[in-house]
Amino acid sequence: MTDAYIYDHLRTPRGKGKKDGSLHQATPVWLLRTLLQAMQQRNALDTALVDDVVLGCVTPVGEQGADIARTAVLDAGWSQTTAGVTLSRFCASGLEAVNLAAAKVMSGMEDMVVAGGVESMSRWPMGSDGGAWAMDPRVNQALGFAPQGIGADLIATLEGWGRADVDAFAARSHQRAAQARAEGRFKRAVVPVTDIAGLPMLAEDETIRPTTTAEGLAKLEPSFAMIGKMGFDGTALRKYTTVERINHVHHAGNSSGIVDGAALMLLGSKAAGAKAGLKPRARVRAMAVIGSEPTIMLTGPAPSCEKALRKAGMAARDVDLWEINEAFAVVPMKCARALDIDMDRINVNGGAIAMGHPLGATGCIILGTLLDELERRDLATGAATLCVGGGMGIATIIERV
Amino acid sequence: MSAITLELGADGIAVATMDLAGRPMNVVNDELMGPLAEIVERLATDEAIKGLVLASGKADFCAGGDLDRISRLPDAQAAFDATMAMKAVLRRMETCGKPVVAAINGHALGGGLEIALACHARIALDDPKIKLGTPEVKLGLLPGGGGTVRISRLAGIQAALQICGEGGDLAPAQAQGMGLVTELAANRDELLAKARAWALANPKAKQPWDAPKFRFPGGDSRSPAVAQVLAIAPAIANGKTWGNYPAIGHIMSAIFEGGLLDFEAACVVESRWFAACATSQVAKNIITSMWYQLNALKKGASRPHGLPRSKVGRLGILGAGMMGAGIAYVSAKVGIDVVLLDTTQEAAERGKAYSQGLLDKAVKKGRSTAEKRDALLSRITPTTSYEALAGCDLVIEAVFEDRAVKADVTKKAEAAIGAGAVFASNTSTLPITGLAQASVRPAQFIGLHFFSPVDKMPLVEIIVGKETSPETLSKGFDYVMQIGKTPIVVNDSRGFYTSRVFGTYVMEGIAMLAEGVHPRSIEVAGLQAGMPMPPLALQDEVSLSLGLHVADQTRKDLAAEGKPYAEHPGMAVVRHLCELGRVGKKVGKGFYDWPEAGSAGDKSLWPELPRLYPVAAAQPAQQELIDRLMFAQANETARCMQEGVLRSVGDANIGSIMGWGFAPFQGGTIQFINALGTRRFVERSRELAQRYGARFEPAAMLVALAETNAPVS
Repeated sequence: MTDAYIYDHLRTPRGKGKKDGSLHQATPVWLLRTLLQAMQQRNALDTALVDDVVLGCVTPVGEQGADIARTAVLDAGWSQTTAGVTLSRFCASGLEAVNLAAAKVMSGMEDMVVAGGVESMSRWPMGSDGGAWAMDPRVNQALGFAPQGIGADLIATLEGWGRADVDAFAARSHQRAAQARAEGRFKRAVVPVTDIAGLPMLAEDETIRPTTTAEGLAKLEPSFAMIGKMGFDGTALRKYTTVERINHVHHAGNSSGIVDGAALMLLGSKAAGAKAGLKPRARVRAMAVIGSEPTIMLTGPAPSCEKALRKAGMAARDVDLWEINEAFAVVPMKCARALDIDMDRINVNGGAIAMGHPLGATGCIILGTLLDELERRDLATGAATLCVGGGMGIATIIERV
Repeated sequence: MSAITLELGADGIAVATMDLAGRPMNVVNDELMGPLAEIVERLATDEAIKGLVLASGKADFCAGGDLDRISRLPDAQAAFDATMAMKAVLRRMETCGKPVVAAINGHALGGGLEIALACHARIALDDPKIKLGTPEVKLGLLPGGGGTVRISRLAGIQAALQICGEGGDLAPAQAQGMGLVTELAANRDELLAKARAWALANPKAKQPWDAPKFRFPGGDSRSPAVAQVLAIAPAIANGKTWGNYPAIGHIMSAIFEGGLLDFEAACVVESRWFAACATSQVAKNIITSMWYQLNALKKGASRPHGLPRSKVGRLGILGAGMMGAGIAYVSAKVGIDVVLLDTTQEAAERGKAYSQGLLDKAVKKGRSTAEKRDALLSRITPTTSYEALAGCDLVIEAVFEDRAVKADVTKKAEAAIGAGAVFASNTSTLPITGLAQASVRPAQFIGLHFFSPVDKMPLVEIIVGKETSPETLSKGFDYVMQIGKTPIVVNDSRGFYTSRVFGTYVMEGIAMLAEGVHPRSIEVAGLQAGMPMPPLALQDEVSLSLGLHVADQTRKDLAAEGKPYAEHPGMAVVRHLCELGRVGKKVGKGFYDWPEAGSAGDKSLWPELPRLYPVAAAQPAQQELIDRLMFAQANETARCMQEGVLRSVGDANIGSIMGWGFAPFQGGTIQFINALGTRRFVERSRELAQRYGARFEPAAMLVALAETNAPVS
């Protein structure tokens, strides 16, 4: 089987996902165009060598719909021979795109593939695309639908974590992200976004708050207590029958931020890289996806990592650095506890609590951040993992070459 | 004679008056729909008729579907076809090009409302007592005559989910606010005049959904706001029903899917969901017990035949505590003069004050008036004098559960009352035949077991002692009907029927605790099973010490009779908690820590429980727990049938649902067995007996029936 290598990755800064966010006025296809053009330029890439562009997008409606990957390829002026496909694996779409691209290369189906994703959450809010899971009452009931925040609070209850624990984790995400940004650790990856006239829109991640403290976060009201009381707590507790009541600990400050952003990663075989005159930075060592209980929904990362580690013939302790998506504070906390990983090796540059979670792109972003940090610290292996809507988990293990 | 008469006015407006022969109310059946279809055809083709007013010749407009007909539908195809046929008539009516106006003079429910909704306008009498609604969901059905389709298009999807999904009633003014009623009328003349006027003013009336630019009020199922409502609607419904009532989900689905389709397709989809409801086991269960068997009981199925109807004019109540005070209230409410007797005048007055409290609250909330309150109160005479009982047709004792005390009041009362009067005991546990030994006329001695709180609980369990005469039974029965409650009739036994079987539910749950089942899982299993309260919380409510007292009394009694006593394994747990002083809610601690009265906190399971009864590493599936709770009750009920304590399946089913809230969707304790089939019930019982003890060994009568898988009848 052919090995798949990572040659480059880049991303937009993440802008606050509201009307006053700096990327709100940028169309999602503009974000992709910006990145595709930057990727071509900085690698002097003959885009005709790229077989396909695989992009994650969780809410493919409006100007984000109709296979935005193909639209962006053409809009960016890439070779028309480069195909494009859009996929959704909910929050894992960006990493699913990477894994699919790698699999295309490994199988020999393609030689060079761009992976990535986009989500303009300020323009197309979560849920804009509907879906039977929540809105079809028959399916909703059969699957025990409850919003993710309920599952996050249930995990905290089951694991015995209180408000102070999750707030401390959240504060650390901001502190680490602030330091990383200040030290320029994101510089290589981040491509500033400018408008059609060349005016700057956003150059750095917008939602990091260096002054965030656990004490400050303690003042926020829990976000899911009310909908829990309306009925969703009951939905969860009908499955988790040993829990008397859910302790609602998550809020806007210890959950991932809603942001706009996009990311891309260039993958290919060794031969294809050589043909394009590129130097491989890392090899994709193992990938995995699993399904888990859908109502608690967020417990997928640990089993997906275990599956990937098994495929790679590794143990968790063999992995130098981890990126575990901070959908909610408990997600990385729970995964780290399950795999017995030291917190000093997890999300060392902060995560989605500080910088936001542009759904379709995040998986690609955190894998790229992981690779940059492995290089900066001169370490060998890293793993990225995310929890996924509907009760799934995804993991990718890479090693530097 | 046709069920609908047609009268054509000089103005070209015809008035069609529905008046189904031989029935107190109009219901939707072939006798009504046939003539309606003919009239619609005439309206469509006869140029002399410019419009139609649909009215009722009865006190109500139309009370809904004919359940006899619905329960006879043989299969899904028949259910589908029946609703499609009705919808075809209604569709023809609303698309015939001429105006049709409903003149709603009284209740319009279920199919009756659906007919009105297919009219182009609905004029309703502005009377808050008039009920408009679609109660089908309460019988496990859905409004299949276009109800979900038209209500969601007139009032919006969210309102339709509520109206059809909850099955509540709307008053005309309320319905007008939601867009279901076009205009209100002050009286019957105005009703017809307004209906006529509307028809004349709208000669080419069309339904809103037949206009090319129709929009759902509040958006169709695609709209984000509606999608949000749909996302939480199942969670809200399940909070109350634990997913046990498929009709609720089916109604939501019909509305959701209908909200994505055009009118015609939505109507067909509604019929598909209707057919699923009509053929569901839950609908069969509910209709069997809560319709057929309940109606039969109310018509006197358990009353001795051929005896004259009686009425209580004057009632004596001995003991003015909780139960006595409640019985006084419900009796005075229907015009009975009540003598409320206790050992002190203060205690008797306190009993009367209970009624005062209830009535003051009702007056404050506008549900009653000061005059009615005072009239009712004037019928209750608190006293300490047994002489005041003279002239009573019936005396009910509601004193402490102690044989000596009961014997004493029986003697005193019998000395004061006339020779024809009936004496009843409101005991919940002591056998009636034994109590009747204190009576000089045991043939006139009977048990009337009320449930607490008396003013809310709909059932009375009538207990026939060994010597109770048929005349006494019929008098007791008539009294229960007189106060508007539902009577079941059982023969004498320890705990009779309801207390005896109800106890198996609670004790089974408590036994699980001792086996290492997580206490919360036990409670969830009770709720999942469809019981109104979980077992541990329920035992806390009734108090553990009371449970222990009854068990000890039973053991003593049986020992005296020389009979063996097998203690339920749950009783050791009750005893242990009592020793620790955790005797229940009344002291703020039992299986739960209870918040102080008036404080806002929730009760919490006592955190030390898992230390007393360590939670086993391997926990059983919830269904295993649910089965134990349900089989324990059903099997004990079968034993009651076998021992002759129960006299009929209807008494068993209705007694279980209305007495202690046995899962209504199962149709009652015996229907639970019949729905499963006696063969399967016996097999599963034996499995449970092997795992959990001989108490699950199936009753012999079930074993016999299981040979041919015959139902209990």
